[in-house]
Amino acid sequence: MTPVIRRLAACLLFCLSCAPAASAQERNTPIQLLLQEHGAQIKKSSRKSIGPAIDALAASGSEDARRVLERWQAKDMWFDKESGLFVFAQKADGGDLRLFDVAGAAEIGLAPKADFKQLKPNSGIRGMIAAALVQFQLNAPDPETRATALTAIERDAEPSHLTALRASLGKETEPALKTRKERLERLLTIRFAEDEAERIAAIKDFSGDLGVDLRAALTPLVATRLAVAPRTETLSPDVRIVTVGDTLARAQAYDLLVEKELAPPRTDPDSLRETLIANIEGHKIAGVRIATLNTDTARARAYESLAIQGLAQPLVTEEDVTEALQRFAFFEVFVGAPLPVARAAEVALQDIEAKLALSQTVDLALDGLSLASIYFLAAIGLAITFGVMGVINMAHGEFIMMGAYTGYVVQLFVPDYTLSILLAIPLAFAVTFGAGVAMERLVIRWLYHRPLETLLATFGVSIALQQLAKNIFGTQARPLTAPGWLDGSLVINDVIAISYIRIAIFVLALIFLAVFLFVMNRTRLGLEVRAVTQNPRMASSMGINPDRINMLTFGFGSGIAGIAGVAIGLYAKVTSEMGSDYIVQSFMTVVVGGVGNIWGTLLGATLVGTLQKGIEWLNPSNTLAAQTYMILFIILFIQFRPRGIIALKGRAAEA
Amino acid sequence: MSSLLEVSGVSVSFDGFKAINNLTFQIAESEMRAVIGPNGAGKTTFMDIITGKTRPDSGQVIWGEKSQSLLSLTESQIAQAGIGRKFQRPTVFEDQSVADNLMLALKKARGPLAVLRFRPSRADRTKVADLAEQIGLAAALHRKSGELSHGQKQWLEIGMLLAQEPRLLLVDEPAAGMTPAEREHTTELLVEAAKSRAVVVVEHDMDFVRRLGCKVTVLHEGSVLAEGSLDHVTGDEKVIEVYLGR
Amino acid sequence: MTDVLTAHPRRRPFVARYPSAVVFLAILALFTLGVTILAEGFGIGVISTSFVKTLGKTLCLCLVALAMDLVWGYCGILSLGHMAFFGIGGYAIGMWLMYARTEIIVRESLAAAPLPPTPQEISDGIAGQIFGVVGASEFPPIWALAHSLPLQLLAVVLVPGLIALVFGWLAFRSRVTGVYLSILTQAMTLALSLYLFQNDSGLRGNNGLSGLQNLPGLSQVPQSTISIIFLWASALALGLGYLLCAWVVSGQFGSVIRAIRDDEARVRFLGYSVEAYKLFIFTFTAVIAGIAGALYYPQAGIINPAEIAPIASIYLAVWVAIGGRGKLYGAVIGAAFVSLLSTWFTGGQAPDINLGFYTIQWVDWWTILLGLSFVAVTLFAPRGIGGLIDLITERRHPDRHGADLGPDPGALQEKEADR
Repeated sequence: MTPVIRRLAACLLFCLSCAPAASAQERNTPIQLLLQEHGAQIKKSSRKSIGPAIDALAASGSEDARRVLERWQAKDMWFDKESGLFVFAQKADGGDLRLFDVAGAAEIGLAPKADFKQLKPNSGIRGMIAAALVQFQLNAPDPETRATALTAIERDAEPSHLTALRASLGKETEPALKTRKERLERLLTIRFAEDEAERIAAIKDFSGDLGVDLRAALTPLVATRLAVAPRTETLSPDVRIVTVGDTLARAQAYDLLVEKELAPPRTDPDSLRETLIANIEGHKIAGVRIATLNTDTARARAYESLAIQGLAQPLVTEEDVTEALQRFAFFEVFVGAPLPVARAAEVALQDIEAKLALSQTVDLALDGLSLASIYFLAAIGLAITFGVMGVINMAHGEFIMMGAYTGYVVQLFVPDYTLSILLAIPLAFAVTFGAGVAMERLVIRWLYHRPLETLLATFGVSIALQQLAKNIFGTQARPLTAPGWLDGSLVINDVIAISYIRIAIFVLALIFLAVFLFVMNRTRLGLEVRAVTQNPRMASSMGINPDRINMLTFGFGSGIAGIAGVAIGLYAKVTSEMGSDYIVQSFMTVVVGGVGNIWGTLLGATLVGTLQKGIEWLNPSNTLAAQTYMILFIILFIQFRPRGIIALKGRAAEA
Repeated sequence: MSSLLEVSGVSVSFDGFKAINNLTFQIAESEMRAVIGPNGAGKTTFMDIITGKTRPDSGQVIWGEKSQSLLSLTESQIAQAGIGRKFQRPTVFEDQSVADNLMLALKKARGPLAVLRFRPSRADRTKVADLAEQIGLAAALHRKSGELSHGQKQWLEIGMLLAQEPRLLLVDEPAAGMTPAEREHTTELLVEAAKSRAVVVVEHDMDFVRRLGCKVTVLHEGSVLAEGSLDHVTGDEKVIEVYLGR
Repeated sequence: MTDVLTAHPRRRPFVARYPSAVVFLAILALFTLGVTILAEGFGIGVISTSFVKTLGKTLCLCLVALAMDLVWGYCGILSLGHMAFFGIGGYAIGMWLMYARTEIIVRESLAAAPLPPTPQEISDGIAGQIFGVVGASEFPPIWALAHSLPLQLLAVVLVPGLIALVFGWLAFRSRVTGVYLSILTQAMTLALSLYLFQNDSGLRGNNGLSGLQNLPGLSQVPQSTISIIFLWASALALGLGYLLCAWVVSGQFGSVIRAIRDDEARVRFLGYSVEAYKLFIFTFTAVIAGIAGALYYPQAGIINPAEIAPIASIYLAVWVAIGGRGKLYGAVIGAAFVSLLSTWFTGGQAPDINLGFYTIQWVDWWTILLGLSFVAVTLFAPRGIGGLIDLITERRHPDRHGADLGPDPGALQEKEADR
């Protein structure tokens, strides 16, 4: 097409579309009539007078009304200067408008912009429109829209929502949404209802509930403002007296007095210094030599001289502050809600607080239990190599690390997380079993009954393995990702929630315990292990090969460390140093529990885990301090039970 | 005759097993006593209780003229009070010379600071040399004790006990693993020692006990079965039954 | 009886009883003089100042290794806490160094202010400078004595000593021995380092103390001179420490502690209070370690909690084991040899080995070599490098003290059960 033809075509199109522009607009659609009825206010666009118009639109409840509100809010509504009819319009090429009917939003055609005027609602009006729209959303046919609207209200509620919500309650058909609406209605009643009795009733309705949303609704109601009055005044019995120095800091109380202009501002050291500097005359200030002003008392004296000369505000000393504070009574006034409502909210909050404390204790215990199962996992391999065989393996932590890295490598090749974890567990066992057997054959075998030397040699292995991991995998932490079905957590209430990984680790710990008990007590290997550890010479004379048994047992213990590594890797990051993070705690767990007894290890892990969580709870900002105190506690614990919680007695213990 | 050591009504059990059951035992100053009994009769545990290694569950152990209870003392305090013990297996400090071993055992102040300042006097060195002579190790004085034969180690240990100058000597199977000639020497050493102090010998070997020629206590299942001369106890029905079985 | 008289254990002078002390002191003196002559500060400048510092630091490590040997090689307590005592000594002196130097800076900056500073302003200024990094601006209580050099020097000795005394009393009292004790000391070290890692420990968390190489009031003295001063001080401390340790182990006391190492139950039945001896040695060596640390860190310039972590104490055990425990010179040789070698390898000076398909970079592989050689030493040469020296000299000193090391006794030893 040549440019000429194109221009001709455009011209033709223009003529075609322009011609029916004004005539096609329907005058008598219900929505246009409604708009015309309130036309004056709408065109005026004043926040004060627009209310009835929006209400009328909202009350009509029609699809057209909803669309009008939306377009209006988006500044897409115009009106014909001549006829006063409302249209939707979009700017088109050449200063024209593309018009749409307010009823049904069908396109009408193009029209020159100059004939129309745009409605430009200010932010206040847009807010009112939005509130009105909520009602449409709450009653929308699509349940998803209704749910979205509810979420929006939950996030940022306004008084106007209450009416809309109440209006939509009866029409709700979806049971889940209905419950949500009802709960939200109660919450909004607490916050916005006009009637005090209604609000108090709503608060009482929630008795026993621990929801975060409820707490969020109640907390602002009990907001207080600190106020002050001369002591001579009689205070209303409704206020709460605050004692200075006890619940109210001195400085804060005095600042309030200053703010209310009931006392002169305190002279702080900085302003005192500034004032002095401002009044330097040669080598003196107020006749005092500057060189002598190197103590606070000397400075205060010079300042007082300045004050007497009228060059500075009078010095406000600590005594002045005390005196001023004694003249006034400080009290708190509820500002969030009328007194009865605030009182009711306060009672409700206290009730929640008490229930929360209980839940938090349960949550803490669960936290402790999950930490305990991690320690147990880390320690159970040691319970075999150290507890049963008496071999100190300082490279145990590095076996855990090897297990975790095995998991990481498997995930590099097998992208499916579920499958890769299932593969990683036996592989980690195999890898660390092999490493354990190799170490037993090459190192430990030569050092039986020389525990300190074993300790040293395994240190050497530990140092070497750690560096090797660093050389291969680098120093940054590697992820070991849990399968999707382990994401998220089991929510019991708003406080108690346990992540599925922790549950999985707990279950794994129980499985390990069962495996250990089964292997040691029900299998030939376990019998032989016990025989060899109790009396190797006797065992070998009965046809047991102690070398083989030691090798297998050590391999078994190391292999379990490898599996523990996979589990710990899911929970924490995989680094070359992760082993050394657990080794001391693992030994402590075994020693505290009582060497040579798996139940002792279980108890030890529980003690160490819950204790650490307990200390963390006392001082939540500081997990390092918690670990410090936990270790100190263990050192002290060993004073009183040197052989651990479950101690073997008699000759066996002395072996 | 006043007793030097009095053990009365002592019981101890390990995990329900009664190792010592209401045992009562007395020994007087300068008395020699042999304690015999089958395996598991509680001989070693008996010694452990006296020397403070094992605390009894009940009973009393009274020591010396002042009737001091030994139960509240530590092993080292009991040793300082005058009870020396020789273990079943020779335990000498193999890394150190015979002279060092004996010097270590000499009756001197035992506190760390005193020992730090201690330098052996001429009298101390003579004492060590005399002891070495007595136990027949004079020629081996500067040899490492680890190089000694089994019998020599036993003697060195007896020498160390004598160097401690205890008032009561507890000797656990001194003749085990010795040649007949060595046994003879050991017997002489013990008989000589018993002239100036009380000696309790735990022994299996009846011939050895016979040569000691002293009163015999027979232990069985943690309590005293019989007491008297060797001939007397070997004639005892109960002893025969325990030793030879039913 | 003349025979008996000749067989008397002879009373010999200290030098004869401990010949290695003389040799050692001579070598140490020659070394110190040699380094001084070759250094930049006073001599011809062949050795750089930083290497003089490395040598000075090595002498301090030798001193702490000496302490480790006394407690482990002689008394059989494998302490994994002596590097913590070393670090505490460093922190104690570091607090004064940092305080005094910051005080000078703060006073200088406040001197320009129109008003002379009050004590409170100076203190606030110093605290702000020192603790700004951890978001605090006030002095924690443990800094109460930091302004005084004599008091902090006292702390160098007293704090490690007291910690060792309390910990040792608790541990030895409950008869924790062998590996259990090692693990317990490791736990103590871990607790200490974790504590120091927190920001509100009052010791600047993981920032540690820094700028310790700048001695307050000596800013005009060049580092090359200071490095020589510290070299001499370290050499003096090592020499005195060696003499003291040699004196302790050569007499009856040495006999008792070696006996404790070999069979502590037997020593108890001889009437010695084993716990008291162990406590004495543990505390004494902790104090030596503290002093060594106080000399080390001004040369290193910075101390942070990582230096106290358990691994540092493990390395200390590695040095002593490789050098040969149960011999004082063994510990010194081990510490000097391994730490200098370690500096060489990790400093990047060692030539990389190209295998064609892979290049061995010693910075990465040195630790592995060290770990494996440690395993090898434990397995094949339990007497360490010092054992070689014994092979050469043993014939001339047939009854020397502490020549051999018996089998390692431990809590799980079989023979205990047989009794």
